[in-house]
Amino acid sequence: MPLKILVTAKRVEDPESKIKVKPDGTGIVTDGVNYKMNPFDEIAVEEALRLKEKHGGEVVVASIGADKSMTEIRAALAMGADRGILVKHDGPLDPFVVSAILDKLFEKEKPDLVLLGKQSIDDDQNQVGQYLAERRGLGQATFASKTESLESEAEQKKQPGVVLAADGKSLRVVREVDGGLVTVDVSLPAIVTCDLRLNKPRFASLPGIMKAKKKPVEEIVAASLGVDLAPKVAVKKLSEPPKRQGGLKVADVPELYAKLKGEAKVL
Amino acid sequence: MQNVLIVAEQSGGHLRKATLHAIAAGQVLAGRTGGKVHVALLGKDLGGLSTELAGYGVTVHAADSAGLTHYLAEAFAPVVAGIAKEVGAGFVGAAATAFGKDLVPRVAARMGAACATEVLGFGGSGAAVTFQRPMWAGNVLAEVDLTTPVKAFTVRPTEFPAAAKGAAGEVKAVAVADPGALPTRFVEFKEVKSERPELTEARVVVAGGRGTKGDFKPLEELADLLGAAVGASRAAVDAGWVPNDWQVGQTGKVVAPELYVAAGISGAIQHLAGMKGSKVIVAINKDSEAPVFQLADYGLVADLFKAVPELVEKIKAGKGS
Ligand SMILES: Cc1cc2nc3c(=O)[nH]c(=O)nc-3n(C[C@H](O)[C@H](O)[C@H](O)COP(=O)(O)OP(=O)(O)OC[C@H]3O[C@@H](n4cnc5c(N)ncnc54)[C@H](O)[C@@H]3O)c2cc1C
Ligand SMILES: Nc1ncnc2c1ncn2[C@@H]1O[C@H](COP(=O)(O)O)[C@@H](O)[C@H]1O
Repeated sequence: MPLKILVTAKRVEDPESKIKVKPDGTGIVTDGVNYKMNPFDEIAVEEALRLKEKHGGEVVVASIGADKSMTEIRAALAMGADRGILVKHDGPLDPFVVSAILDKLFEKEKPDLVLLGKQSIDDDQNQVGQYLAERRGLGQATFASKTESLESEAEQKKQPGVVLAADGKSLRVVREVDGGLVTVDVSLPAIVTCDLRLNKPRFASLPGIMKAKKKPVEEIVAASLGVDLAPKVAVKKLSEPPKRQGGLKVADVPELYAKLKGEAKVL
Repeated sequence: MQNVLIVAEQSGGHLRKATLHAIAAGQVLAGRTGGKVHVALLGKDLGGLSTELAGYGVTVHAADSAGLTHYLAEAFAPVVAGIAKEVGAGFVGAAATAFGKDLVPRVAARMGAACATEVLGFGGSGAAVTFQRPMWAGNVLAEVDLTTPVKAFTVRPTEFPAAAKGAAGEVKAVAVADPGALPTRFVEFKEVKSERPELTEARVVVAGGRGTKGDFKPLEELADLLGAAVGASRAAVDAGWVPNDWQVGQTGKVVAPELYVAAGISGAIQHLAGMKGSKVIVAINKDSEAPVFQLADYGLVADLFKAVPELVEKIKAGKGS
């Protein structure tokens, strides 16, 4: 059964970049910072593509943010997604508002499945999928993972970790939770958020990048969707956390042992 | 006066300790608003757990029902939201465990509430509470205001002490309506069985990274000698060397033990985000330039395969004398 999949791609600071807070606490210093697709969203896009390769269907990628988020949409299209939706909004966003916007996109697109990252690595919220599922009254399978490792044969063969039931009506999802892995069946349409061990995302090929330039991207102004865009998680102030004092080196194991026993008293 | 509802986490009638830290956070909030702390306890065959929890000086709302045997957000969220309405909760929260992270945003959405995750502390003044939370892998501390009438949150257990026993509170039974067919069904739970203490609760954590090349034996020996839990970097988990559940970091577990030993771990910011609250940090790494040394209290530039067994021998000898 072909699947129509809506997948999200948020523009975030590169996880390798050094993040510093502006002296006035109103934001972070963006000079010299690189941007890319949220790493968890790359995993979501990869999973969407694998499902499409196996079952057929369509992969629609959505991003909400300033015009520059077009770069992340093009990146997903270059990986193989079919078309994009850019919801333009310049101000601050939060999971409450983002999920309300995605709710509208869901109404418009009526996908069988929404794949999101489990967490944005800028705000570190881990909420949007859960909010969206409740807003739509759908099942949520958060922190999707799989039993096989990222070194396994199934992974080499790019098999989806999320498995469509024979009747095409539900997905079997393995979730990373405290103390192990829990497996759930979730009826379609479903909301799934992706964890790190679900797959290894592919790199875009050169032909993929060329093709992506011609794929359709619809632009929607967020204010036209009838959603209250005022943040409900309003950031009042940012600061840098206290720095940890460290840096002492010991010469050898006997010295380490002596320090841990005598000075730190932790043994 | 606004009441606070904390959702307890249990499995098989055993309380997750993280819940006690969330209750302590709830008590801080209630102190600010002049309200009371209520606890929602959901599951099947809760046995003596309700009374045990009430011993922390809170009112326990126990929902004991066959439909709540296995945790599913779709089954739990309506019950929690129902209790929250019933007690007039202005704040609804839980510990930031996998359970809390999955459930609380769904409850929040149901109540039209905004949610702050991984809360480290509270700001503002009096009943006007703001929430302190980390962003960008702990590089940034944010103070956020939740502008909705009801406010939801998950707390980082390491940032609050465990609640202390108090005057026994009340236990109330909650009638659970049949939810009908749910969109999600529990299939199975593959538990990582371990004799060791839980990572987030251990006094000592011994963690390994890519530098172990997949051989965690020396680290496990050290851990067992110290009664420690074993942790890992993402690289070690991704390689399939150790269970997912062992990952420490921005997107794994956050730990703050008395002693954290990082062996063969470079100290990427995403890893540090999960352990920099530890009291004493030891780093063992071959590369003297590894970033982990900048924050370690005791850094040892050495091959872990030599240094760790040597440390084990030292500790054994020390115990014998
Ligand atoms: C979205 C995202 C989320 C992430 N979340 C997490 C997270 O939650 N937790 C996490 O840990 N990482 C996380 N990471 C990954 C993180 O960025 C690093 O890639 C990872 O922590 C590196 O693991 P490592 O230190 O084991 O490996 P490496 O960086 O490869 O370091 C291995 C170290 O071992 C040393 N070594 C090698 N051999 C020996 C030896 N014989 N004796 C002693 N030392 C030796 C080397 O000198 C080196 O310093 C995340 C990354 C992203 C993008
Ligand atoms: N502005 C956005 N545009 C597109 N997707 C988003 C946006 N914000 C959050 N998401 C999605 O929601 C997931 C969880 O984000 P969060 O709850 O903010 O941590 C992310 O991995 C994204 O897939």
